[in-house]
Amino acid sequence: MASTLSMILYFLIFPGLLFTAAVGLLTTWVDRKVSARVQWRVGPPWYQPFADILKLMGKEIVIPEGAKRTGFLLAPLAGLAAVGVVSMILWLTNMRGTGFVGDLIGVIYLLTIPSLGMIIGASASSNPLASVGASREMKLVLAYELPFVIAIFTAVTKISPMSLRLDSIIQYQDANGVLLGSASCIIAFIVCLLCMQAKLTYPPFDIPEAETELMDGTHMEYSGPALAVVKTTQAMMLFTLPVFFITIFWGGLKLTGWGLLYTIVKYVIIVTIAVLIKNTNPRVRIDQAVRFFCGPVTVLAIIGMILAVAGF
Amino acid sequence: MSTLIPIGPFHPVLEEPEYISLYVDGETVEDADIDLGRIHRGIELLAQEKTYDQDTFLVERICGICSASHSWAACLAMEDIVDVVIPDRARYLRTIVHELERLHSHMLWVGLAGHILGYWTVFMWGWKYREPVLDCLEAITGNRNNYAWYCPGGVRRDVADEIWPGVLKAMDEFAVQTDMLLHAILDDPVILGRLKGVGILTTEDAIAYGTLGPTARGSGVPIDVRRDEPYGAYSEVDWDVMVQDGCDCLAVAAVRLLEMLESVKIIKQCIEKLPAGPIATEVREIPRGEGIGHIEAPRGETFHFIRSNGTNMPERHKMRAPTFNNIPSFRPRVKGESISDAVLIFAVIDPCYSCTERLAVLGPDGRPYMKGKDLIALSHAKTEELRKNS
Repeated sequence: MASTLSMILYFLIFPGLLFTAAVGLLTTWVDRKVSARVQWRVGPPWYQPFADILKLMGKEIVIPEGAKRTGFLLAPLAGLAAVGVVSMILWLTNMRGTGFVGDLIGVIYLLTIPSLGMIIGASASSNPLASVGASREMKLVLAYELPFVIAIFTAVTKISPMSLRLDSIIQYQDANGVLLGSASCIIAFIVCLLCMQAKLTYPPFDIPEAETELMDGTHMEYSGPALAVVKTTQAMMLFTLPVFFITIFWGGLKLTGWGLLYTIVKYVIIVTIAVLIKNTNPRVRIDQAVRFFCGPVTVLAIIGMILAVAGF
Repeated sequence: MSTLIPIGPFHPVLEEPEYISLYVDGETVEDADIDLGRIHRGIELLAQEKTYDQDTFLVERICGICSASHSWAACLAMEDIVDVVIPDRARYLRTIVHELERLHSHMLWVGLAGHILGYWTVFMWGWKYREPVLDCLEAITGNRNNYAWYCPGGVRRDVADEIWPGVLKAMDEFAVQTDMLLHAILDDPVILGRLKGVGILTTEDAIAYGTLGPTARGSGVPIDVRRDEPYGAYSEVDWDVMVQDGCDCLAVAAVRLLEMLESVKIIKQCIEKLPAGPIATEVREIPRGEGIGHIEAPRGETFHFIRSNGTNMPERHKMRAPTFNNIPSFRPRVKGESISDAVLIFAVIDPCYSCTERLAVLGPDGRPYMKGKDLIALSHAKTEELRKNS
């Protein structure tokens, strides 16, 4: 009973929903501030993302006429819950000594849920622009999932004995140095960073949202608390994905002494790369994006896999 | 099966309310329809109720971006009736302001193109580079926009010589920044992927649709009023008409970017050659007659027709902004392209709706119900009425 209660607390407060949301929103502020400075603007104060979410919480939810109410409202919640669970799994595995066994397949699966949630929610909204956004999101997911999974499995191949358990990957790195030191994992890491851009729907892959084409596409009909959930999920993804990559490739999170500083530096580096790619690229077309992920990126991921099998 | 994707009347990509219907199959646009008529302001009628002096201020308000073009074209039309000789200094001063306006208009478009492509950095940088040009305009005319600079016979105010070094310096910096943007845009593989081969308007179509300005020049049609029928000081300075044969969005973008560099050349030469002397010939009255003025505005040829009956107000003041000609070219351009490219293709002509708006009579279903032949009949009746009265 006590363990169930602590699991619920883990999920709801730390390191689950509340903590992830807070750090994620703070990261979106870093993103906004850095973008603003790159673009010669001043940028918002640090509490702006929190103020935005708070404001949305007080607004009315408008459900469009003809929308499927349940699907429309539940889909974003599914995404939020999934990211919360992923974050909890990652952190509990990283806090060595809890005896928690993270399952890699589960994490990869849960990381797709927010995208699926948006597809379902947008399709349920009965808005033509949102449904175009949903179809774009679907194509994008189909395109980037394969290289993403191959890249993650490169790390699995690399460790010995091979294991799909997150804690084995961390233990291997603790004993033998970070995986990012090998050529195959550097390639896999680059592939992961590119897929992260698409998972976050950041430019150049903000195609499903495409403000100037689809008026926020998949998010178009969401308002009030529902929009707040959508935005928070995105912010949490911005936090969870780098943590996932650090866990897999970069020695995991260390939360004591100098390790903490080192962890923060790693996190900031990954976020900065994402923000810089975001600010130096225009949006590509969906066919270009699909061709990019199915072509060069998948080939790159396979090369990484072959190198890993060959022992590099 | 085609789905209707509405763009507008309110849409992030449109600065003004317009309605575009895209008929799409999946992501491919099969056909498009444009509904104008949402911000008709009746400026032509208003112009007929104001004096010639007031008209030069009124026509500036047709467009916030090409305000100098409209007032200069109106002044040319009035001067055409009076047959007046413009002092040299006035011609040069008019040209400088006109070219500065082209600079800021083209830079504004570069920023908007970045905005449409989701490239916020280009948007912000483009608009930042535009600021010094507006500062130059403010130094010369006193206003950042709507300059109140042109009057029949010349310009309204003289300019002190001290400001020119500052303008020249700003132009040098602007040329460097434009060059940087030119390379940043034309050498970026992702931008090239978005612009190259997208929105093809063949040379034949460009001529058939009567496109003007950079839209035509991007499709390999070498037209430019500044060269074909020189006005102002254009025949006395050294510059080139920029024509690109690409026929796609990239070609139009390249035309605009290269034209900015040409404009900088023109401005610098005009400032160096600027003669001393009077700034205006006094026009005391405008006799009975008809006059036209047409000049190369940033978006293409702006045309003004004025018919005078000898009073201090024009009997008819007809204006045509270049967007009027350029908008229909959207249709051949967009067919077969994807939705992502449709908004870009629409913006490539740098549309300016409120300048273009004509009266639209809507039926009960909210659609225009007058067909082409009805409008021609209406126009004939109007001409007949004018003839009878004069």
